[in-house]
Amino acid sequence: MKDDILLAVRNVSLSFGGVRAITDVSFDIRKGEIRAIIGPNGAGKTSMLNVINGFYHPQEGEILFHGRARRRMKPYEAASQGIARTFQNVALFKGMSTLDNILAGRTLKMHRGFFWQTLRHGPALAEEIEHRKFCEEIIDFLEIEHIRKAPVGSLPYGLQKRVELGRALAMEPTLLLLDEPMAGMNLEEKQDMSRFIIDVNQQYGTTIALIEHDIGVVMDLSDRIVVLEYGHKIADGVPDAVKNDQKVIDAYLGVAH
Amino acid sequence: MDILYRIFIDPFVQMGGAPDLLVQTLWEGLVGGVLYALIALGFVLIFKASGVFNFAQGIMMVFAALTLVGLTEKGVPAPLALLLTIGVMYLLAVAVERFVLRPLVNQPDIMLFMATFGLTYVLIGVGELIFGGNPKKMPTDALFLPSGAIDLKILGGLVSLQKLDIAAAVIASVMVAGLAIFFQRTRIGRALRAVADDHQAALSVGISLNQIWIIVWFTAGVVALATGIMWGARSDVSFALQVISLKALPVLILGGFTSVPGAIVGGLIIGVGEKLGEFYWGPLIGGGIESWLAYAIALAFLLFRPQGLFGEKIIERI
Repeated sequence: MKDDILLAVRNVSLSFGGVRAITDVSFDIRKGEIRAIIGPNGAGKTSMLNVINGFYHPQEGEILFHGRARRRMKPYEAASQGIARTFQNVALFKGMSTLDNILAGRTLKMHRGFFWQTLRHGPALAEEIEHRKFCEEIIDFLEIEHIRKAPVGSLPYGLQKRVELGRALAMEPTLLLLDEPMAGMNLEEKQDMSRFIIDVNQQYGTTIALIEHDIGVVMDLSDRIVVLEYGHKIADGVPDAVKNDQKVIDAYLGVAH
Repeated sequence: MDILYRIFIDPFVQMGGAPDLLVQTLWEGLVGGVLYALIALGFVLIFKASGVFNFAQGIMMVFAALTLVGLTEKGVPAPLALLLTIGVMYLLAVAVERFVLRPLVNQPDIMLFMATFGLTYVLIGVGELIFGGNPKKMPTDALFLPSGAIDLKILGGLVSLQKLDIAAAVIASVMVAGLAIFFQRTRIGRALRAVADDHQAALSVGISLNQIWIIVWFTAGVVALATGIMWGARSDVSFALQVISLKALPVLILGGFTSVPGAIVGGLIIGVGEKLGEFYWGPLIGGGIESWLAYAIALAFLLFRPQGLFGEKIIERI
């Protein structure tokens, strides 16, 4: 099963005016794996995620998702095909409660007409209850019951990250993109987050692509790692191979000239 | 001491002396307030969903009313004209999304605000081109709006309620209640609030910004149409009407820019405050305070409660 390719990036290049963010990068993500994208600052990791979920349109190359190729896709199309993501700097709906944020992740799963939703009646009521139940399961899973009704803008950073993960999970994604899920966390919070990521991967079989700077975490979590530097791919493989790759060591530690 | 008596005691003595006059003043204030609330509602809708203060809301109201009147003058039956006008407001929403909002996505709010200025003048120009600049009369009878008045004999006097005002209050209440529930309960309502908070995050959960903007501007257009009909029925339909929309500013400052209930309560307070102030305190300084009292109240609010009565407190962790 693990060899089925869910998403393939083929010869993607992206530039902003004269600045080349990504140059001719190819790699693939297999079904059910945790795939890490690492690299020094400015390597093009976040740009890569933005290309995958349709925020950026690469000038060259294509992306195959479920075997279908595409060059351009709108973010909501990516979302409706099952790509969910979190952001480096937490992008939550700050004025809304935790529950509403997670329910917002169900947007694409709700189909009843707004007329019935307004009246909260019949099938729309049943639908609302069903989605609410699903969200409560996520809340339960992420251990954030106590902040269910709290406006997320007032929560500490670690919890905001969790709510954001919850919102992505509410979309029942086949591919989950995590942009630095552990940035700015202390050791304990990192351990919690790692546990959630592994649980999501194993319990729900969700494929995960993850950007992370904590190399220890990356080595423990991921099945395979792709390494970017200045927009180029410099290594790709299992953690042990990447760890001992001379190019990667040079990129991180610098080379003596 | 005399001046203090005239400010703090005498007006209340007058109110107690002629309760029927007080009721009449309150009623007129409330009706004016409901209409202010409707205008403010149009602003709130767009502000909530895109963080843009839509300067063109006032002219949208005039434009909607003009389209309706213009169509009926061409001999289109009123109900059909109403439907067509709603269609025109939809097309306007689509055009605004396509030609104003989409090219300016991710630009600072001030740019979008300025763009709504531009939109105002485009709409004035197009409106004058098609319908001419002369004031027109709203065909109230054809639109099944009642006319005449109900006279109530209460409190030892006579209180006269215009049927049109009663209709305006009812229509406004229904619209406001519907919108409030729509925002709170539906998927689209939740999506609207989501878009207001964070464009990028909204996109990532599969909300289409284009679609949301069209919905919001269309809804604001329909609200503008309702407001235009009501105001147009009380006076004439002309471009001068858009000045009234400026009264929405103090209403919004009072109620909070992001709150539907705030727009209503703010509207009522301003409406009633204005009329009471004019009637009981106005003569003290020669009258005419109705035109600026609302702004004075708004100024006081800005000093002490800048987020308004119902506005969201700005939460920011640093």
